[in-house]
Amino acid sequence: MNIINVFEEDRMDNAPDEEVVEPIIQTKNVNVYYGDTHALMGIDLDISPKRVTALIGPSGCGKSTFLRCINRMNDTIPTCRMTGMITLDGENIYDKKIDVVQLRARVGMVFQKPNPFPKSIYDNVAYGPRIHGLAASNTDLDEIVFNSLQRSGLWNEVKDRLDTPGTALSGGQQQRLCIARTIAINPEVILMDEPCSALDPIATAIVEELITELKERFTIIIVTHSMQQAARVSEQTAFFHLGKIMEFGDTSEIFTNPKVEKTKDYITGRFG
Amino acid sequence: MSQNHILSSFDEELNTLRANIVKMGILVEEQYKNALIALKEKDKELAERVRKTDRIIDQMDTEIEKQAIHMIALRSPVADDLRDIVSTIKISSGLERIGDYAKNLAKRVMVVRHKKTISVSSDLIDQMVSQIRSMITDVIDAYITRDIEKAIDVWQRDKAVDNLYNSLFRELLTYMMENPEYITPATHLLFIAKNIERAGDHATNIAELVYYINAGELLAHKRPKDDSSNYVEIETD
Repeated sequence: MNIINVFEEDRMDNAPDEEVVEPIIQTKNVNVYYGDTHALMGIDLDISPKRVTALIGPSGCGKSTFLRCINRMNDTIPTCRMTGMITLDGENIYDKKIDVVQLRARVGMVFQKPNPFPKSIYDNVAYGPRIHGLAASNTDLDEIVFNSLQRSGLWNEVKDRLDTPGTALSGGQQQRLCIARTIAINPEVILMDEPCSALDPIATAIVEELITELKERFTIIIVTHSMQQAARVSEQTAFFHLGKIMEFGDTSEIFTNPKVEKTKDYITGRFG
Repeated sequence: MSQNHILSSFDEELNTLRANIVKMGILVEEQYKNALIALKEKDKELAERVRKTDRIIDQMDTEIEKQAIHMIALRSPVADDLRDIVSTIKISSGLERIGDYAKNLAKRVMVVRHKKTISVSSDLIDQMVSQIRSMITDVIDAYITRDIEKAIDVWQRDKAVDNLYNSLFRELLTYMMENPEYITPATHLLFIAKNIERAGDHATNIAELVYYINAGELLAHKRPKDDSSNYVEIETD
């Protein structure tokens, strides 16, 4: 390979970055109310596919509320009301025709506290594919379980004890089991609500490494209180404050040269 | 200036770091003042003092670098704090280099003895030193007051130093051609002038860093450069 070729390849590598990517999720003027409380105000946000988007902001700023709008988890809260529009692949997810169970299969979720089912490791992962009828045979199901555990980086640690309870694993392993359970039904989007806040630094690093690998196949939106985590794993960052998006942009730009004073005050620890 | 950090100890560390740059800047500026006096009055003791003070400046640079690395490791700074701390390391090493050039001037004091050369060229050296001193003072002022306009002003003033250097270069060449006796002192003066010219470049660099800290982006324009001594030829028969 000569030098010219190396330069050409470089150029080829860089080319896709310049293309305009169609957003997979678009939100337009989203407002959320809990009873009389106006929790989210006029949220407009475009989420790019196969990227990691981080949502940061102080407690109560609405970032988790926003995350839960994307797979309609807020439907389960009786006092919660939403206006505006959220589309997934151009389709309004609040349309009456939408089957919420199907939607949640397309938009999976990982929570703050690892919450494996009180079942075996195997059944934790097999649960989703079974109820959604994704496996035609037991061999198929074995393969899905194997692939999901492999992708979540857990396979080597659990392959000899698939029939032991998922709850017997360590915290970090349980969280990766939950991620395996989420990706077993092959969603388009994975929502993560502070997935590492209950984990130690090593388990956190493993999950962050996993997030980086997963974004090749999935779109990931992560809510995190750790600004360093947002900086490490995401390409884009949205800063929420008092129910509004104050700033949204490339993570490297947000963390070196934020344009909005409030963002700067928050990420540098000047909030007061 | 935005509000303080929630962790007041972080503010204290930042203030100490910035105050140390100011101290270093004052010391470096003073080095030029003393080196010039030593040159004009052939004051060996003062020249020696300049050389000794340079060691203190070197230590300050090391100290500032240590402080900054400590803060990066323990505070994980971002945004303007990150720009501030990283640029401060560079400003400190820039000042250290500017200080080195003053030390070099002091070193040459006792060699530059030829009265006639001194009397003719010293006015230009005077002007160069006074330019560099005001550039150091103003750029440190711009740094501590976060004054972008002032930083740009310093940045533009490097041209004047370059012009003075060009004049001096031509003048000294003429002397050397007239009388070979002048070659030794004139060569030393030439090095002195070149060093001050380089010091001007470093001050310009610091002005760019001050701009970067406060504007968040690099000063994009082409640097004002006027050193044309590279193209000067001696007419020979």
